[in-house]
Amino acid sequence: MTEMERNLRNKKIAEKVYFSMCGLFMILTIAVLFWILYDVASKGYSTINWTFLTDRPREQMTAGGIWPAIVGTFYVASLTIIISVPVGITSAIYLNEYASKGTLVRVIRLSIRNLSGVPSIVYGLFGLGLFAATLGLGTSLISAALTLSIMSLPWVITASEEALKAVPQSFREGGLALGATKWQMIRQLVLPNAISGMATGSILALARATGETAPIILTGAAFFLPALPTSLSDRFMAMPYHLYILATQHMSPAQVRPIAYATALVLIAMVMGLNMVAIIWRYQIRKKQTW
Amino acid sequence: MAKLDEADFYKIQVQKQPAVGTSSRKMQDDLTQQSIKSNLGNFILEKFFLICGMLSIFVLLLILYFLLKNSWPALQEVRISEFIFGQRWMPSSPNPGFGALPLILGSIIITVGALLMAVPWSLAAAVYLGEAAPRLIREILKPVIEVLEIFPSVVLGFIALVVVGPFIARVFNLSSGLIGLTGAIVLAIMALPTIISISEDALNSVPKDYKEAAIALGATNWETARYVSIPAASSGIVAAVMLGFGRVVGETMAVLMAAGNALDMPLKEILNIPVPTLMQSMRTLTATIAIEASDVPWGSTHYHALFVIGVVLFVITFLVNLVSDIMLSRFQEVNRND
Repeated sequence: MTEMERNLRNKKIAEKVYFSMCGLFMILTIAVLFWILYDVASKGYSTINWTFLTDRPREQMTAGGIWPAIVGTFYVASLTIIISVPVGITSAIYLNEYASKGTLVRVIRLSIRNLSGVPSIVYGLFGLGLFAATLGLGTSLISAALTLSIMSLPWVITASEEALKAVPQSFREGGLALGATKWQMIRQLVLPNAISGMATGSILALARATGETAPIILTGAAFFLPALPTSLSDRFMAMPYHLYILATQHMSPAQVRPIAYATALVLIAMVMGLNMVAIIWRYQIRKKQTW
Repeated sequence: MAKLDEADFYKIQVQKQPAVGTSSRKMQDDLTQQSIKSNLGNFILEKFFLICGMLSIFVLLLILYFLLKNSWPALQEVRISEFIFGQRWMPSSPNPGFGALPLILGSIIITVGALLMAVPWSLAAAVYLGEAAPRLIREILKPVIEVLEIFPSVVLGFIALVVVGPFIARVFNLSSGLIGLTGAIVLAIMALPTIISISEDALNSVPKDYKEAAIALGATNWETARYVSIPAASSGIVAAVMLGFGRVVGETMAVLMAAGNALDMPLKEILNIPVPTLMQSMRTLTATIAIEASDVPWGSTHYHALFVIGVVLFVITFLVNLVSDIMLSRFQEVNRND
């Protein structure tokens, strides 16, 4: 074997070794994810039954179910989406359809990216100070929803803009060439083709809002409420906060551990379920698109 | 302008002929009027969209203004030097103390600890994903990493509490495993998806010519990654690490549940020199807000002091985002594939 051949062989071996090491870290990442999923699922599923899902917590949360928390999370997440999606979509329409490149657009994009980097607890503090204290809405469903919708605004804008960008430029040119005004073109050509992309983006935002805990602790989630919220100014129970309480604030944490695991499992199932719906829908749209 | 039907079409035909008599002049006026109306409508719509587009700037400024306004009363009552260097955080006791140093150190130590774990780990994973993984595996793994990204932090905190904490306690023979190290481990896991996906994007956007040139010169794939791709993507990778840093600093629930929340200074004396340690219970800035803000009396000094912490967090993440944003856009400018 010549020197060169040996050299080449050594290099090939080194390549294998280094890449396998990198691959090990990738496997480790995936393993952590699946291990968490397995741990929660294996310890949580035996507690979940119909009563657990539809009953309220009983006997200081050591028995009964999580129905008020499911409903509370559903209410606050839906309100969040109802508020943030229209605003986010109009904002995205401006950025993608009306704005011309320049300083203003750069500043807007910078703000959006910065908003998505602000810690969730700071949003909570902001919501507490503005909606609950200054505007007098109190710690309530509406304060929490407004706080979460400001927080999810950057996600919705980014997703909607992606959807608008996916509509081919020729659609716009064709519309304008036929004599449509800009708004007619957007409403009848661009939006119908972007709407399902926007919807999947909104579902992803909904999934993230469902799992958020820090902002709602400050703005309206309640420790325990026997009744469901009936108006926007009521406080509410929420899944993530319920899990937090079961895990850390309960007087006998060992006794409620199975319920905590089951709550975690339901929460993960909700977030992952929404996420899967969005991913599958996105895949279907891409398959249908012929342009 | 409404839909063009036959009548409109006729009008346009008429308009083209030389204007004779009053009726055709009237039609012309109609058309002008219609055009003004639709132009006006479009003008108003455009301004409406402009305002909605500028909402993000407005919201960002509103948050900053509101945090500053609410932290002002506390800054008048408590000197900034006490806030930064004071070691006693007891804002609700009759003899209140507003020294946030233990919290600041807690945040710094846990963040550094988390990044020391997360950065090498996620960079290795990103290099595998970007440089070595076959296409199919990459297509499968990317959504899986996205799933990790949206994982509710309270669930990770719960896992830290019931699994990681007891494990750490057993390994280091401690009475409780809820210490800075546990918090750092959980935060490292939370930072992984951010750093992996952004640095993988950076590696992917290195121009193909660079890699092809290296391979043509006889470099192996590893040598190409090590000496060509990674240096070329370095500014994107640094930006990824900074965004990971931003995520770790601002994370609340996981660290609140994992790190124990003791208010002692997170220092250990070795040979009479205080050395930062991860091996004791500590509390971060974010956890302090989460614990105290829900039952603090609105308008008290304590309430305003929490807003000071909020401003600190806001400014840190703002700067991190700004710098990484500038780095990423420079990186994209340099590496445009054309």
